[in-house]
Amino acid sequence: MSDVILKVENLDVHFRSSASIVKAVNGVNITLKKKETLGIVGESGSGKSVTATALMRLLPKGIGSIPNGKITFNGKDILSLSDKEMRDVRGNEIAMIFQDPMTSLNPVFTVGDQIEEAVRTHQQMSKKEAKKKAIEMLKVVGIPEPEKRVKMYPHEFSGGMRQRVMIAIALSCNPKLLIADEPTTALDVTVQAQILELMKSLQEKNDTSIIMITHDLGVVWEMCDKVIVMYAGNTVESGTVETIYENPLHPYTWGLLESQITKNTLNGDKLPAIPGSPPDLRNPIPGCNFADRCPYAKEICSTTKPQPIEVELGHIVSCHFQTNSNRLERKERVYIE
Amino acid sequence: MGKYILKRLVDLLPTIFVVAIIVFVITRLIPGDPAAVMLGPQASVEDIQELRDDLGLNEPLHTQFLQYIGDLVQGDFGVSLTYNQPVISLIMDRFPNTLVLAFSALVIALLIGIPAGIISASKQNSVMDYTVMVISLIGVSIPIFWLGVMLVLYFSVNLGWFPATGMGTMDEGFITYIKHLVLPSITLATIPMATFARITRSSMLEVISQDYIKTARAKGLKEFFVIGKHAFKNALTPILTVLGMQVSALLGGAVLTETIFSWPGMGRLIVDAIDKRDFVVVQGTVLFIAIIFVLVNLLIDVLYKIVNPRVNYSSGKGGEGK
Ligand SMILES: Nc1ncnc2c1ncn2[C@@H]1O[C@H](COP(=O)(O)OP(=O)(O)OP(=O)(O)O)[C@@H](O)[C@H]1O
Ligand code: SF4
Ligand SMILES: [Mg+2]
Repeated sequence: MSDVILKVENLDVHFRSSASIVKAVNGVNITLKKKETLGIVGESGSGKSVTATALMRLLPKGIGSIPNGKITFNGKDILSLSDKEMRDVRGNEIAMIFQDPMTSLNPVFTVGDQIEEAVRTHQQMSKKEAKKKAIEMLKVVGIPEPEKRVKMYPHEFSGGMRQRVMIAIALSCNPKLLIADEPTTALDVTVQAQILELMKSLQEKNDTSIIMITHDLGVVWEMCDKVIVMYAGNTVESGTVETIYENPLHPYTWGLLESQITKNTLNGDKLPAIPGSPPDLRNPIPGCNFADRCPYAKEICSTTKPQPIEVELGHIVSCHFQTNSNRLERKERVYIE
Repeated sequence: MGKYILKRLVDLLPTIFVVAIIVFVITRLIPGDPAAVMLGPQASVEDIQELRDDLGLNEPLHTQFLQYIGDLVQGDFGVSLTYNQPVISLIMDRFPNTLVLAFSALVIALLIGIPAGIISASKQNSVMDYTVMVISLIGVSIPIFWLGVMLVLYFSVNLGWFPATGMGTMDEGFITYIKHLVLPSITLATIPMATFARITRSSMLEVISQDYIKTARAKGLKEFFVIGKHAFKNALTPILTVLGMQVSALLGGAVLTETIFSWPGMGRLIVDAIDKRDFVVVQGTVLFIAIIFVLVNLLIDVLYKIVNPRVNYSSGKGGEGK
């Protein structure tokens, strides 16, 4: 049990926007152990980034709130920490990297400055030591000529190199948890593979736990131990990578897998989309969020919410027809023609 | 950097030459004969002609122009028709006074305008934000002349806190000196202060939503550094542009303020000179201010480079490097 580094229970996130409330995340649960990697997958707008942002307590002030839920990280109740205590966690125990390395580094400071700042925010260290640390970190993430590179500005680096710098910043304080929000989406395929490889090897070395947010099921397969599949703010299915690949049960997961297969066979760049669009999160619907787009939907789906059920050990599904007593017959090619 | 500045300074020479021509032409276009003004309404036509001869006004224009340029090249701004003093010494008497006024106005404008803009942006749509926006809107649109008069009426006439006109000297004591400075510099600071607040706010708003601000927060930085360091340094470029324009405008705008408060600066010198058709002084002072303008602009360009590493030295334009 002490192995569990992060436990998220029934997390809700709401956004206040002009006269309405957007329920962006509803009842998300996460259990993450030391050195484990959790993948969060789902379409655009399903609440992946919002979940990650909530874990860092960086939701926009006055707009985003966490009305329900509990986040326990490394024994700390995150939601009850003071602002100062939370700052000590950020960048130090939990670090985060973002999708677009072209924009996530500050263009007017050298990469050295940006790494040193991360270190000196959390550790008593002289400027000189911090500089040495910055060079060392650049070496660790595989940037050639770190002594020279450390004095350069982000615009002098390629996209892949910048993402390496972001990783250097994130790992400079040896965090226990690294949240990577689509870290490779903006990169070329070959660079993607290198970055994932780098993350994996650093994880091995430092015993870091990772939350990997992605659209790409290939990345999940490559990197993750467990997956949660999110749709419209809900976890529709979760389990180990093996179960999700070998025995996926939720119709939405089937759709995702099918679009991934279509992508792979077409050798396309973009994931083909499941037809239709997610429901408006401002007006919660009484039934299953996926009902409008689900080829298996029956009447009950639009009137009653399906509850999460543990259909086998550690494999949880929310669908009326995937229960302990009931199974759907999976059809081929029902989503993408 | 040193080479760049030198090159820019050399580039300035043609600009200054063109300004000199324009100033020369315009001063000749001011209606009224300086000799007639100097001698007063009683003067005879012969007297006026004699004086015109003495002043060289009867020479053909191109001769006058060559004379003027020849003198300028040697750093000679000419001799005032009315004061009988070299223009440069008149300028050196007055310019420090204008500089004191413009500088204190600039300091007030920056110290209030920029923090107001930053706070406004970081608390967007709050009561604080709306207050700053409304006040700065009033600030940019208020007639300076009216504002100056109102300040005098209230703070000098009614309350008697500050003198209404004139400039104090250090001999009268520092307090007196500052007291004379307060109302004119507030008057002169109003427009640039409001302008700084507005540009800072809009520039900061654009920056605050950028990804690297998220990165800074995710590092665990205090909000003060996220805003004051990471956001502000990126927001600086447009602020610097406005700073350049405002410094020029301050030196120019001092004319009006100096008139309201009888401040013995360049503005007063120019206005008096125009009044008396002393075109040598007008020429000299306007050219002098023009030179200050171009130097200020050069300084701002140098600051751009210091602030923004993506500006490259050779072209002088911002460029996205790869
Ligand atoms: N600042 C905000 N104000 C209001 N609503 C927001 C805000 N941020 C996010 N949301 C809502 O939360 C929902 C989930 O957004 P989120 O960014 O988590 O999606 P995502 O799963 O990360 O998608 P993507 O794959 O495109 O990154 C969105 O549909 C959006 O409506
Ligand atoms: S509950 Fe109904 S609509 Fe929802 S996924 Fe299952 S079958 Fe489809
Ligand atoms: Mg996202």
